[in-house]
Amino acid sequence: MIIATTRMDKMAAKKTAGPLTLQNDDLDLETRMELFRLQVEIRVCEKKANDLFFQNLIKGTSHLSLGQEAIAAGVATAMRPGDKSFCTYRGHAHTLARGVPMEKVLGELMLRDNGLMRGKGGSMHLTSVEHGVMGSYAIIGAHLPIACGAAWRAQYLGDDDVSVCFFGDGTTNIGAFHEALNFAAIWKLPVVFICENNLYMEYTPIADVTAVEYPAADRASAYGLERIIVDGNDADAVFRVAQSAFDKARAGDGPSLIECLTYRHSGHSRADPAKYRPEGELEQWLERDPIKIYRDRLREFGVSDQQLEAIEAEAKRKVEAATEVCKASPPAPTELLTADVYANGGWEWRN
Amino acid sequence: MAELTYRDAVARGIAQEMERDRNVVFLGEDIAKAGGVFKATVGLYDKFGPTRVRDTPISEQAILGAAMGAAMTGLRPIAEIMFADFAAVCFDYIANEFPKLRYMTNGQLGCPLVVRTGNGGGARFGAQHSQSIENWTMMIPGLKVVAPSSPIDVVGLLAAAVRDNDPVIFHEHKALYAIKGEVPDGEILDKLGTAKILRSGRDATILALGLMVHRAMEAAERLARDHGIDCEVIDVRSLVPLDTNTILNSISKTGRLFTVEENPRLCGWGAEIASIAVDEVFWDLDGPIVRITTPHIPLPAADHLEDLALPNADRIVERISRVMNGSRL
Repeated sequence: MIIATTRMDKMAAKKTAGPLTLQNDDLDLETRMELFRLQVEIRVCEKKANDLFFQNLIKGTSHLSLGQEAIAAGVATAMRPGDKSFCTYRGHAHTLARGVPMEKVLGELMLRDNGLMRGKGGSMHLTSVEHGVMGSYAIIGAHLPIACGAAWRAQYLGDDDVSVCFFGDGTTNIGAFHEALNFAAIWKLPVVFICENNLYMEYTPIADVTAVEYPAADRASAYGLERIIVDGNDADAVFRVAQSAFDKARAGDGPSLIECLTYRHSGHSRADPAKYRPEGELEQWLERDPIKIYRDRLREFGVSDQQLEAIEAEAKRKVEAATEVCKASPPAPTELLTADVYANGGWEWRN
Repeated sequence: MAELTYRDAVARGIAQEMERDRNVVFLGEDIAKAGGVFKATVGLYDKFGPTRVRDTPISEQAILGAAMGAAMTGLRPIAEIMFADFAAVCFDYIANEFPKLRYMTNGQLGCPLVVRTGNGGGARFGAQHSQSIENWTMMIPGLKVVAPSSPIDVVGLLAAAVRDNDPVIFHEHKALYAIKGEVPDGEILDKLGTAKILRSGRDATILALGLMVHRAMEAAERLARDHGIDCEVIDVRSLVPLDTNTILNSISKTGRLFTVEENPRLCGWGAEIASIAVDEVFWDLDGPIVRITTPHIPLPAADHLEDLALPNADRIVERISRVMNGSRL
């Protein structure tokens, strides 16, 4: 807990953690408006998902990233079409940030036929290959080596796409994290690892179960990588650091590991009211809400309240329209039960 | 036509597919410069170079994870897990990741890769380097599971596995690497899901896989010679897909079924086939279905104990002749 407060203080004092200094003159307004729009859309969509849960229209589980929108928006905006992203079960934000339509995401969360996988994957497995979203992986750490493989393919075939792998702070203590980083480093793969350190490994403070203060960045040097820490609540800062990592990857200079410091406003999953958090911690972080930060910044750049409100109103309109589409969509047809187990489209394991 | 060892057949099969398709790449521990711990991949590094034949660190999760990432984005990797026992280290990929990818993504992604691994006992390696793990992999929807018993099958089934659009676990038997067999020149392509009748017979059907095929064949010759029992021996070759047509037709013809399995008894593949036989050809059976297996134990390292554990021709002959003569088990 103390670490959380300490980190808040550090960030408030320095505006950003780590060596990066906040520059406000290198991003054009168009990019900034896009970053704002994305963060707002992710926020309203996830809040709607939460409401739909309480109406029992979304079943199973769901892991929201309220408060972490700046990372998905910042990284995705720095990506090019064709780049591949690999998400976790907390992957709604990253999927939306790549331009996947809300109704496809909400449809999948509602397990309807109009969803990304027609209800066969659910909240934890969002995939949209046409948008470069190469799956969401529900086993902690599994997708780091997989992202290495996609990057290896790019390197081998001479493709110029980069693979991006989002994961949480809890992942840094599983073996696959270390195997993947070593593998990516020795093969100099064009892969960018983005650790979203939201202070909690599911229900437990990451500091209670980790030997170093910055669970990703403090281990970077073990793989010959630069120690990179960024304020994950500042979309501009995330965008800059991601862009520089992509440039490095595309130049053939290998992987990067970026630790983004952020905070999860809600519990680990739908089932978690997050009562383990110390009093006042959430309120402190709400002061550093990435959308609030960004709205203030855009105002400084002369964007009017009217313009900002229009973006917010449009996001709300979109999410309401998407919800209605999903509600009207039937569940998937029953023949999907046995479809696509094998490449011939079927499930037969005998002749 | 050349005579090749089983280990040379592995290298021949990989080379054939790498020559045919540039998207076929090969990775694993000690497989490149060293030519593999079983020397089954000698020459591939020299022929195809370091970008296609890549040594990895001892990182089984990274090997299978990277193979999957490459497979789902366009390559056709062959990944080696040195000893089959080590599959447990990276079982997330085998159980959760490769086989479910196509289903969970509603067909958006597939995973066309081959995991080759040194399966089975008989080499005095002890309990953590001798397991026969085909049953671990057989029960997972979405995987294909292949286990060749001869050099020609290694080449043909490996080629079929590489060209298959599903993930295939390819169990090579480490006690067979030194055996020799005729392998024709030129391209060889077999078909997954086809069992092979190695010996035709009228009295009983024996099913076997990998090393046990050789022991079953030896037993069948002795049963014919010494006991007048004429056994049909089928090399199952592929557990998924399973060639139930060939197997059930043979059982209907002979009226008897024996399975010879190297793995521990509990939940062996023979039990699954026995269950299918009872479901589908029960009225053609003339007696009990008998499974000859390793006891439900880890494998010991000591020669005489390991020999006692694994089914051999003596034990197969003894069990089959007793049952065929009407003795109770």
